[in-house]
Amino acid sequence: MSSFWSIWITVLTLGTLVLMYLILRMCLKNFAGVKEGDPTGHSYDGIEELNNPPPKWWSTFFFLTIIWGFGYLLLYPGLGNFQGLLGWKSSNQGVLNLAESKASAEQAKAAGKLVQYDREVAAADEKYGPIFQAYAAQSIETLATDEEALKVGQRLFLQNCSQCHGSDARGTTGFPDLTDDDWLYGGDPKTIKDSIMHGRKANGMMAWSAALGGEQGVKEVAAFVLSLSGRDVDVQAAKAGEAKFAMCAACHGSEGKGSAEMGIALGAPNLTDNIWLYGGSQRAVETSIANGRAGVMPAWQHILGEEKVHVISAYVYSLSQK
Amino acid sequence: MTTTLDHPSYNLKVVRQFTIMTVIWGIVGTLVGVLIAAQLIWPALNFDTPWLTYSRLRPLHTNAVIFAFGTSALFATSYYVVQRTCKTALFGGKLAAFTFWGWQAVIVLAVITLPLGYTSSKEYAELEWPIDILIALVWVSYIIVFFGTLVKRKVSHIYVANWFFGGFILTVAVLHIGNSMVIPVSMLKSYSIYSGAIDAMMQWWYGHNAVGFLLTAGFLGMMYYFVPKQAERPVYSYRLSIVHFWALISLYIWAGPHHLHYTALPDWAQSVGMVMSIVLFLPSWGGMINGIMTLSGAWHKLRHDPILRFLIVSLSFYGMSTFEGPMMAIKSVNALSHYTDWTVGHVHSGALGWVAMVSIGALYHLIPVLYNQGRMYSIRLINVHFWLHTTGVVLYIVAMWISGVMQGLMWRAVNTDGTLTYSFVESLTASYPFYFIRFVGGVLVVAGFVLMAYNMFKTIGAKDESLKPVEVA
Repeated sequence: MSSFWSIWITVLTLGTLVLMYLILRMCLKNFAGVKEGDPTGHSYDGIEELNNPPPKWWSTFFFLTIIWGFGYLLLYPGLGNFQGLLGWKSSNQGVLNLAESKASAEQAKAAGKLVQYDREVAAADEKYGPIFQAYAAQSIETLATDEEALKVGQRLFLQNCSQCHGSDARGTTGFPDLTDDDWLYGGDPKTIKDSIMHGRKANGMMAWSAALGGEQGVKEVAAFVLSLSGRDVDVQAAKAGEAKFAMCAACHGSEGKGSAEMGIALGAPNLTDNIWLYGGSQRAVETSIANGRAGVMPAWQHILGEEKVHVISAYVYSLSQK
Repeated sequence: MTTTLDHPSYNLKVVRQFTIMTVIWGIVGTLVGVLIAAQLIWPALNFDTPWLTYSRLRPLHTNAVIFAFGTSALFATSYYVVQRTCKTALFGGKLAAFTFWGWQAVIVLAVITLPLGYTSSKEYAELEWPIDILIALVWVSYIIVFFGTLVKRKVSHIYVANWFFGGFILTVAVLHIGNSMVIPVSMLKSYSIYSGAIDAMMQWWYGHNAVGFLLTAGFLGMMYYFVPKQAERPVYSYRLSIVHFWALISLYIWAGPHHLHYTALPDWAQSVGMVMSIVLFLPSWGGMINGIMTLSGAWHKLRHDPILRFLIVSLSFYGMSTFEGPMMAIKSVNALSHYTDWTVGHVHSGALGWVAMVSIGALYHLIPVLYNQGRMYSIRLINVHFWLHTTGVVLYIVAMWISGVMQGLMWRAVNTDGTLTYSFVESLTASYPFYFIRFVGGVLVVAGFVLMAYNMFKTIGAKDESLKPVEVA
């Protein structure tokens, strides 16, 4: 902050504390013009006031807290730009993004002046790091059979992933079920880890309403799509929809088995398995076709680090291996 | 305990109006509170309607208890006290009536717009900008009426109750106008002119001082009149009242940042907020000491006067929550307490224990005076109300303390591998028994308010001067 504001804050803060001291001192003296304990002589609607001094323990405590206040502001940041004698900081407050934060932490480490946040992270890394390093040295397949590792993975999952995928990992509308064998991007260990590490941003299914000639076209394609998983549909409509499905095949494949089946990372779901990311009712499928869909999974490598992602991957992988 | 009206020209009509509405809004506000407490246990109680969801009723509850119940009580008592202690009628003619009707209009608008989902999303300042403007108009009128009355007083000094009322009225105007600065985009939607951490700081500068000035200073003003009046004892220490008044109002205004510990708020602001909060502890207690010590030599009155009991127990809760507040403002304590039910318990020990009890006591004193009676219709019912309310508050606070500390400990518990021991939903499940106890406490409080309303209307309806004061041997 500019030195004007720094001085402004300092003067007001210290001034308030000094004022507290002065008022306290004033009221410890008997200035009321009558003996201590006597009525002051005022009377308001029959209420009188006695000229008692503030209780001694009270004024002593009040005085001590004021002194403590000066002491704290001497040691810790508080008075504008003055950083305090201890040089303590909660975090690197000037940083604007993760990269700057990491760079700043490295710099502080080199200079031997860690802020509170980095100190706590470093302490946690030192304490728990070896556990995760040991896990990272094993393959995901191996970890997926290790009871302890799976428990750790589940806890990490519950704290970081369950918000979208659910505590039981069965997902909800728009967020995939991780316990079945239907995968948007592939369910082998390496692909699962990739998905978590770097996140996924579906290319997005465009809105087809206009291209399909409006409501009727959408209904027909929906009928055909539902028929792929053996659902009872209007055969006539499905037939008409099949002709239009060529447009969908680019991403979902000519048989509608999804992009993962073709080995492409488009995130286009398999339409033949009766598993529906956005709902499988006639209505829901029509909505998906008419308005399009796009899902996003955030990247976790910078938030959790690769070693923890490795353990979570093993847990997620294990869910579909039963 | 009767107080005869030695000055027939006092404007008591507006005092009566605000007094009755205080009790009615007390029932409404606490009833909504009980409903949302029940929703936390039985979520189906929102009946699948958007208007009854927790997110919309919670601001209705807070607005109803703070601004409808609490502020109506402050209007009633400040208008009464300023007239009696200045020996002059209210200044401003019809302006006082405007503050009554204007304020009730604000409340009715809140009752309509909040369930409909119109909100600025600022806690305790949810009302949208047209209502904010009405609030500002009513409040400026309040300033004119109150300070105008002080100016034309017929006594040389200004009584300490009026310092606190005056401090609260002036500061709330500044806080409300400062925090509610917005750019409207439509009649019912606006955006704050502040952004990011500055917006958060403005919000808690406002939010904490709504507590500090409205719910503390204002009610201390009430306390300074009704405690000595009901106890028929002189105020313990004039000098203590001076030092604690000036210290309280100078320090409170700094304390807001303690709501934003460990956030994007700069370290310096967090430190200053914490220091001032702790230095504030003793000045806050000054009011409790002065109130309770006023009773010295009259403790026996507590045995048969439930009104005095309300007032004195309110001061005990006041002392408890103003000790708890500075403790929770310490960063390392806050790391445990923040975002847990502990905060909710703390607020209610202030709101139900201090604010509500001092108001209830003051109103039981005031209602007979306003309606020319020697006492309330039923002293027994006051006593029942006292025990219902006290039991309700204790159940509420203790449940939230246990639940809050438990949540804080569960959230920070880690396994040997550094992962968190509990997921959020586990801490929620563990809280259910305490939510139920809280609900029961709330029901008791509402029941007490209903008794109070009955007692009040019976008193108002009684024949003039038919209720004789109880003579105590």
